Amino acid sequence: MLRFILRRFASAVVVLFTISVMVYLIFFATPGVDPAARIAGRSASPAVVEQVRIAFGLNRPLPIRYLLMMDHLFIKRDLTSYVNIGDKVVPQILAAAPVTLSLVLGAVVIWLIVGVLGGLVAAANKGKFIDPLIMFLGIAAVSVPAYWLGEVVNLITQNELHSSVFAWLPAPGWVPLTQSPGEWALHLLFPWLTLAALYAGIYARVLRAELVNALNEDYVRTARAKGLSERRILLRHALRCSLISITSLFGLDVGALVGGAALLTEVVFGLPGVGLLTYNALENLDLPVIMGTVMYGAFFIVLASAVVDVVYALLDPRVRIV
Amino acid sequence: MRQLRRNRAAMLALGVIVLIVTACLLAPFYAHVIAHENPFASNITGTIRLNGKTVNVLQANTQGLGYGVTPIGPTWHFSNYFLGADDQGRDVFARLLYGGRSSLYIGASSAVICVAVAAIAGVAAGYFGGAVDWIVSRIFDIIWAFPVYLLAISLSVILETNGINFLFIHIEQGSLTIPILIIASVFIPYVGRPLRGIVLSLKEREFIQAAIGSGASDFHILRKEILPNVAPTIIVFFPLMVAFNMLTESALSFLGIGVQAPQASWGTIINDGLGLLYTRPLVGIMPGLMIVLTAGALNVLGDGFRDAFDPKAKLRGSI
Repeated sequence: MLRFILRRFASAVVVLFTISVMVYLIFFATPGVDPAARIAGRSASPAVVEQVRIAFGLNRPLPIRYLLMMDHLFIKRDLTSYVNIGDKVVPQILAAAPVTLSLVLGAVVIWLIVGVLGGLVAAANKGKFIDPLIMFLGIAAVSVPAYWLGEVVNLITQNELHSSVFAWLPAPGWVPLTQSPGEWALHLLFPWLTLAALYAGIYARVLRAELVNALNEDYVRTARAKGLSERRILLRHALRCSLISITSLFGLDVGALVGGAALLTEVVFGLPGVGLLTYNALENLDLPVIMGTVMYGAFFIVLASAVVDVVYALLDPRVRIV
Repeated sequence: MRQLRRNRAAMLALGVIVLIVTACLLAPFYAHVIAHENPFASNITGTIRLNGKTVNVLQANTQGLGYGVTPIGPTWHFSNYFLGADDQGRDVFARLLYGGRSSLYIGASSAVICVAVAAIAGVAAGYFGGAVDWIVSRIFDIIWAFPVYLLAISLSVILETNGINFLFIHIEQGSLTIPILIIASVFIPYVGRPLRGIVLSLKEREFIQAAIGSGASDFHILRKEILPNVAPTIIVFFPLMVAFNMLTESALSFLGIGVQAPQASWGTIINDGLGLLYTRPLVGIMPGLMIVLTAGALNVLGDGFRDAFDPKAKLRGSI
């Protein structure tokens, strides 16, 4: 088992290295693009462009340039924005990370509860009225653009109804957990629900499909032959096995969300997380910040997929041999 | 096929898709013949005739301090600013139709490219194995490990502002081809990996072994034995990929790195509507509804395809 874990994490390091090279090439070695001019911003003077060229070592060979960049990003952590002059990239990302984590973790709890319940209820009532209803909601959830749903939520909660039904709801924004846990949760309530709605739909759909498959398996027939109740078969036998494949989906989704997929939700609700940081950088084409957030996101996703594989191997010993 | 035709939900979805595509294809007809206007030029000082009265498209604010202007709301007159105007005084309904053209075009053509490349790469990797498999699988691994949105964002940031000038390939900045290529390439492993797996298991089956044993050429086996067996999966993937790609396009456009002005797509119109959310909510709401409707119909159709052609297909539920 230990060997499996070590090998899995070694390959994660290789993947991270490859991604960092790819990101670097996309940003700094795209044919026909002068990276110095791009980093310096839209209306930079030739002197500033030259300054950037030297600061990033852009007059040196490609591998050295790459190493210099990684040094700025991970070791010295002094990568600087040239659009908002003097802003250090890494501290900005570290300051924004708790916001993104709060958003994702709250949403995770909601979507797991709703998604697993939805999938269970749909599979248990296969063919009855409630099954297609849940699946319809699932399809709707998969088809909704997250940022648009957030806008609709804002429109409902912050417009005319805000003076009556939603008077208890503060304006969109962010309050740190350490400052006031109640306000923190209140500010995050609708962002959580919005983000969770999409994933709850996906999980309900996936879990239902897995459960329906599992209910046709031999071990379920054995359980039925033993005379176990349908409820026990569903919860103790079929669900357990189906949750294994949900685990891998879940890990990757959480990784992707923390890594930046929650970007659109953060933008719509004005939460100053890593996503909003990326969004603002995109508006100004602030390349060092974008590169920093992309590397940060890739780190979480690669980490998540490694953790998922290890958990998967713990749950299902057959995987370990590979 | 008969099973698909009996699936009422899938047929309804197909009807919705046909309806939306037709409406969007008629966009120039609507703009030029019915409404007589250019939905891409701003019309800040324009006026329209409404119930026999002349009305400004952008009206001075009467509430609060009276500064600024509010675009005209929905007139519900089909020939004239049916859904009102955006902050440039442009007809939202006409732009909705034009935007749909871009969104559908990008969604469909990137899905075609994505599925075609993924099918060729996945089948080749699975069938030939060895070095081909190793290279293709490693490329899939890298793209797979890369967060979809972040990869698309990185590529878009660089390419959208410069266009593509690489060897003999020249694509103007702002061309719809750029988001199409970006979206197509980020999703290739999502289709290619399952196809590779299917071909790998097909190769072990007796009928392929028999074909190899009887000395059939690779090309013959691929065309006559493998292709018919992976075609159902490819068909099932297609509508789902169109839906995925449309959603990705709208997100990129919303972030300002997808479709570029003066072109419009449903994503850019939602972005236009952001500033008008509390005064003219329909500007932002309608394109979103269109996306939900189209993507939802495509997903239902994809489910119908799966039940009809390839009931065992395992598809990832999300992007």
